[in-house]
Amino acid sequence: MVIKTEPFVVNFGPAHPSTHGVFRMRMTLDGEVIVDMEPVFGYLHRGIEKLAEERTYTGCIPLTDRLDYTASMTNNFAYVLAVERLAGITVPERAEYIRVIMAELQRIASHLIAVGTFLNDCGAFMTPVLYMLREREKILDLFDMVSGQRLTYNYMRVGGVSQDIPEEFIPALKKFVKEMPGWIDEYDRLLKENEILLARTKGVGILPKELAINISASGPVLRASGVKRDIRRADPYSIYDRFEFDIPTGTAGDCYDRYRVRIEEMRQSVRILKQAMEQLPKGKVRSDVPHLTHPPVGEAYGHIEAPRGELGFYLVSDNSIAPYRFHVRAPTLINLTALRDMMVGWKVADAIIIFGSIDICVAEVDR
Amino acid sequence: MAVLPADWPGGFWVHWGVFVVIIFVFVLAMVMGFIWFERRALGIMQARLGPNRAGPFGLLQPVADVIKLLTKEDIVPAKGDKWVHWLAPVVAVAPMLMIFAVVPFQGGASMADLNIGILYIVAVSSISVLGVFMAGWASNNKYSLLGAMRMVASVVSYEIPVVLSIIGVVLLAGSLSMQQIVMAQDIPFILLQPLGFLLFFIGACAEINRAPFDLLEADSEIVAGFNTEYSGMKWGLLFLAEYGEALAISAIVTTLFLSGWRGPVLPPWLWFLIKVGAVFFVIVWIRATVPRVRIDQLMALAWKFLFPLALLNLLITAVEILVFPAVSLWVLVPINIAIMIVLVILWSRLFKLGWGRVEV
Repeated sequence: MVIKTEPFVVNFGPAHPSTHGVFRMRMTLDGEVIVDMEPVFGYLHRGIEKLAEERTYTGCIPLTDRLDYTASMTNNFAYVLAVERLAGITVPERAEYIRVIMAELQRIASHLIAVGTFLNDCGAFMTPVLYMLREREKILDLFDMVSGQRLTYNYMRVGGVSQDIPEEFIPALKKFVKEMPGWIDEYDRLLKENEILLARTKGVGILPKELAINISASGPVLRASGVKRDIRRADPYSIYDRFEFDIPTGTAGDCYDRYRVRIEEMRQSVRILKQAMEQLPKGKVRSDVPHLTHPPVGEAYGHIEAPRGELGFYLVSDNSIAPYRFHVRAPTLINLTALRDMMVGWKVADAIIIFGSIDICVAEVDR
Repeated sequence: MAVLPADWPGGFWVHWGVFVVIIFVFVLAMVMGFIWFERRALGIMQARLGPNRAGPFGLLQPVADVIKLLTKEDIVPAKGDKWVHWLAPVVAVAPMLMIFAVVPFQGGASMADLNIGILYIVAVSSISVLGVFMAGWASNNKYSLLGAMRMVASVVSYEIPVVLSIIGVVLLAGSLSMQQIVMAQDIPFILLQPLGFLLFFIGACAEINRAPFDLLEADSEIVAGFNTEYSGMKWGLLFLAEYGEALAISAIVTTLFLSGWRGPVLPPWLWFLIKVGAVFFVIVWIRATVPRVRIDQLMALAWKFLFPLALLNLLITAVEILVFPAVSLWVLVPINIAIMIVLVILWSRLFKLGWGRVEV
């Protein structure tokens, strides 16, 4: 006798422990195997792009904090870069260095969360994520020193940063830079060669090189598929052309490669931090720009290598104090478009880690 | 009424009553202690503190949890099967308590020294699966059903290597009675049966669904599996069943492989508790360390790795007993450890956890 079976639909999310926010996946399952998957967006839509059109150029900076709240500094950075291009404002040397230091610290903090929650999704019960939160805490302390905030920093300004770094910042940063490589080694000792982790992630959720390029994926997701593209090298912004660092890439494009690429990027960020700290000049941290910027009529696109990929802000000015159009190129939304291709055919447990390995932040996806 | 053994004080009913109380108190106290112990140990391993507010060192935290659970509203899903939903925690808890009827706390101190003790444990412990499946089915929730199906699949598979590795111990002890097995361990069987111990421990972890085999309530995948729809004390009972089973497995490992209550200097019951605690600590340690396996890898591990090795272990043990009946058992200790290392290394070369993509 053959028992008749039929696929059934399960909703993962919008409230689910592993959807990293309020994201929803309608999965059609045949037993444990995923036959079809349809992502449903929009549960965290706040209309930030429209709200920004009602605010001054400086007033938009707190809004960018609330896009990808695990990487507020880089959001600030990309936005002010776009405004500076729009208005033709130059930034003092010292401010550029401070920005780079903040961006690289933010990259480490964001990757710590990404890798930690990814390993948590694999089922390593809370241990990796808590180890990594321990180090993230130290970065948050550093951010707290410079901006007074721990999550939404609102630190960068058009033409520089809001205030100079305090005296105790550099010693604390030196200590952090000295200790961080040891901690990254510790994470590797914990799980890098773990047999179960290898079995769970190697070869799982492969994103082929061609597909990754076709969907215009970016960030660690793209580099894990073997494409050596990093905006810091491909279109150097700020002062990134002065630093030495490598671009880690994967070969297979599977979940394990994405995990490794993030770990290696943390090491490279520490390298950049070390150089930036040594070269940090003295001087002003903000050029003289009027409080209300009136950029000339035109458009500008500022993009940076944010922790999750190419984060771009497209601004159109009509010579008023508020942007006429404010568009965000959210890397995670674009990386998510390959989700179905990566998931179909795998099991429920794999779906969770594939989703975790893309590392999304729903606040940025839905905006 | 059955014939009374001479050493049962006060007759059948007194003995029965006393031990029922002892077992209830022991299981409840130990489970609460274990919950506290696990949370504190996990906390230390995970670079945090763990519960430390209620009472000294947070010792009263489990008590506070129980009070909270007792006062919570009991929710039954509108389209769930009300009776099965109610019955499931009972079916899950009762067999767990029944296991302790034959566990020897110290020499002569067990509720019933059945001459088929270990067989009884194997039989009774399988009933808990039914409770879990009932819970998953009655909840009318897809996550619960997925969790319950995973549970049934894993328990059915892991029962076989577990039983096969128990037979090795039974061959050495020459008895199925738990008391007799302990008495036979002049050398702890973990040394004589290292491979059997390994297989039993892995299999037992899978049967009681502890990490890395905690698929049925994989919180990052299927929320909480079979107990997603449970609340209040019904959930508490399912939780009790789970930790009670962990306690039972610790007690069984202690009895079968770690020479039970026997040990120098300290009183026997204390040795028993120490060994049970040590085994439970290893279970917690594993939970804090490794990621979770996938369902097909779980099955592959049972059928491709544990099952053949358990058969080989049984064969080797039987041959050893036949060939060297007179030799001192100490000679076998290094031989068996060497055999275990060689077999495990060879077998893990042959065997690879699959990739598991299905074309659809």
